[in-house]
Amino acid sequence: MSDRPARTEEEVLDAIERRRRRPVRKLMDERITLSHGAGGKASHTLVEALFLPELRNPLLESLDDSAVFSVTENGRGPRLAFSTDSYVVHPLFFPGGDIGELAVNGTVNDLAMSGARPLHLSAGFIIEEGFEIPELQRIVASMGAAAREAGVTVVTGDTKVVERGKADGLYINTAGIGVMERDLDLSAAGVQAGDRVIVSGTIGDHGTAVMIARGDLALEVDLESDTAPLGGLTATLLDATDGVRCLRDPTRGGVATVLAELALSSELAIAIDEAALPIVPAVHGASEILGLDPLYVANEGKLLAIVAPEAADDAVAALRSHPLGADAAVIAEMQSYPPGLVILETAFGGSRVVDMLAGDPLPRIC
Amino acid sequence: MSMRFVDEYRSGDVAKRLAASIAELTEPGRHYKIMEVCGGHTHAIYKHGVEDLLPPEIELVHGPGCPVCVIPMGRQDDAIAIAERPEVIFTTFGDMMRVPGSHGSLLDAKSRGADVRMVYSPLDALKIARDNPDRQVVFFAIGFETTTPSTAVTLLRARAEGIENFSLFANHVTIVPAIRAILGSPDLRLDGFIGPGHVSTVIGIRPFRFIARDFDRPVVVSGFEPLDVLSGVHMVLTQLREGRREVENQYSRVVRDDGNPVAMRAIAETMELRTTFEWRGLGFISQSALKLREEFAAWDAEVLYEVPGVRVADPKACQCGEVLKGVIKPWECKVFGTACTPEHPIGTCMVSSEGACAAYYNYGRHAGRRRPKEVPAPA
Repeated sequence: MSDRPARTEEEVLDAIERRRRRPVRKLMDERITLSHGAGGKASHTLVEALFLPELRNPLLESLDDSAVFSVTENGRGPRLAFSTDSYVVHPLFFPGGDIGELAVNGTVNDLAMSGARPLHLSAGFIIEEGFEIPELQRIVASMGAAAREAGVTVVTGDTKVVERGKADGLYINTAGIGVMERDLDLSAAGVQAGDRVIVSGTIGDHGTAVMIARGDLALEVDLESDTAPLGGLTATLLDATDGVRCLRDPTRGGVATVLAELALSSELAIAIDEAALPIVPAVHGASEILGLDPLYVANEGKLLAIVAPEAADDAVAALRSHPLGADAAVIAEMQSYPPGLVILETAFGGSRVVDMLAGDPLPRIC
Repeated sequence: MSMRFVDEYRSGDVAKRLAASIAELTEPGRHYKIMEVCGGHTHAIYKHGVEDLLPPEIELVHGPGCPVCVIPMGRQDDAIAIAERPEVIFTTFGDMMRVPGSHGSLLDAKSRGADVRMVYSPLDALKIARDNPDRQVVFFAIGFETTTPSTAVTLLRARAEGIENFSLFANHVTIVPAIRAILGSPDLRLDGFIGPGHVSTVIGIRPFRFIARDFDRPVVVSGFEPLDVLSGVHMVLTQLREGRREVENQYSRVVRDDGNPVAMRAIAETMELRTTFEWRGLGFISQSALKLREEFAAWDAEVLYEVPGVRVADPKACQCGEVLKGVIKPWECKVFGTACTPEHPIGTCMVSSEGACAAYYNYGRHAGRRRPKEVPAPA
């Protein structure tokens, strides 16, 4: 047997936790890799070590999906929420949606998660030379339909064309503004031990559907993306209870990444009950075959609500009363120990850590 | 598609009963070290929290059967050298993308312009070759006997179809010499083995008899669902309790005692043993890996491309070798979780999801810390 280790397991784990919580100051990579766009640890590092230092301001610092601010000098006027997102999904058309619908819903949902009512969008198109006009027509028509459904209007836009081979068909950027009509401050800062985490429906549908639509897996599965605007569902929830502390849409990186961020920023533990996770059999099966974990797979029409314990039943009932929330369920509880960590209680009777991902299992899913 | 059948092997109720029976078989005060050979087991153990169901007397020791983990740095450098050739499309399983060579990983090479593509099977790589007749497509073939047959079949198909712009960088290894090396190593005392289920579907269970016969240890070839692993532990303890030393097959729903002769023939037709091969952390082990037979030289990347072929020592701080042999626990490595993390791995064990370090870091590192320190865990 080798020498006794210098540190105990407990000490090693404590050192890792201290390190995890330290803000990242330095990028160790020399070039951008796909990991930097995956929404996991590398994305986080890029934002904290490169973007934030150069662009720092109080609104950006919270790193929420939307910035919420007032346009009047005394800060008492109506508050607005502002957000942006770019869409590079491949393929452009997938079961249940396409890049156009995704580009509207994604930004609408980022606004909705701050508690705002989404109002207007901008749309920027970067199109590859040679792209077929009828395809573009279809995509823009689906943006129009999605905007009408979400109750927003596209009020400004931009078009750029790049040489053949420079963009993979089409990329879209949307930005959006919404108005805060409720006196709410939904943020991770309000989350407390004992709060329940509710998911509005089945997880992993979008990422799995897109992955299968690429066709290089030769899997045939009947599964559609869940892309949907969440403004209505959010309003239904917020009307039903004032116990909502925080809302998040678990897109890139999935439920796991959102909860890992939340645990770190709130200095609380989150205990997930694996048996309570709503997962459709097709996603469960495809994940087994592909070695993926649905907890990390993107959703485009689901929200996570962190609610006070006494409000949990009302919140689930409200979500279930809406067509987009029929499968809503309490999946986790905020706890005080061990701070900063997400623990999954497995259906098998064991437990494990759920951390942010390093590397990218599914590039270009949204 | 229905996958409901997997849930049968994850039943918490059955697990509880099995765990109680394991506790009964355990002699109080005795320390049991049981090695799970295969990385797939390590992954399942951490992913489902199997250790939480075992009594404290039982320690699961993680073995060398993680295909990504055993590839030495020099071979990774060779792979990157091939990938950086302008005419090459280099295809690889996703896990190998992040394995560090001396100058970064395949992912880094890709960001510098190398055409590196992730595939799920060597047949996907062959398809890329068919679709890109003006490019040279190389597949990074790694793995134990589990993946070797699919490489062999791909090679046979490439020959049958006359696809000339396809080749293999062969790094297939065999599990038995590695287990023998571990059993011969003086710094490790093991009480029994959970044998590799997937490998055994190909080679059968007979090749593991030497463990029982020559080394007096029980072996239970087991499946990869958490109940399989728990049941494998139960069977090892039963053998120990009854004084038996045998190779048993827990995974009989998949594994036949004599394996898969068709797969074995495909391997034998295309590949032969190398005299020796370097394993990460374990050093050179004779007759422990396969290379393409001479008649397949036209598809052999080692013949077609000049590679550095240099043996590169692991970074000094890296203790992957001791982790692979089960001599130390992942957290006992000096750089674990500090200099070596999944986002910036130093060693291979931190890269693969089947690597003991990555499995422990990503899934297992809270073990026993679910309750506040002031409240003692129930005995």
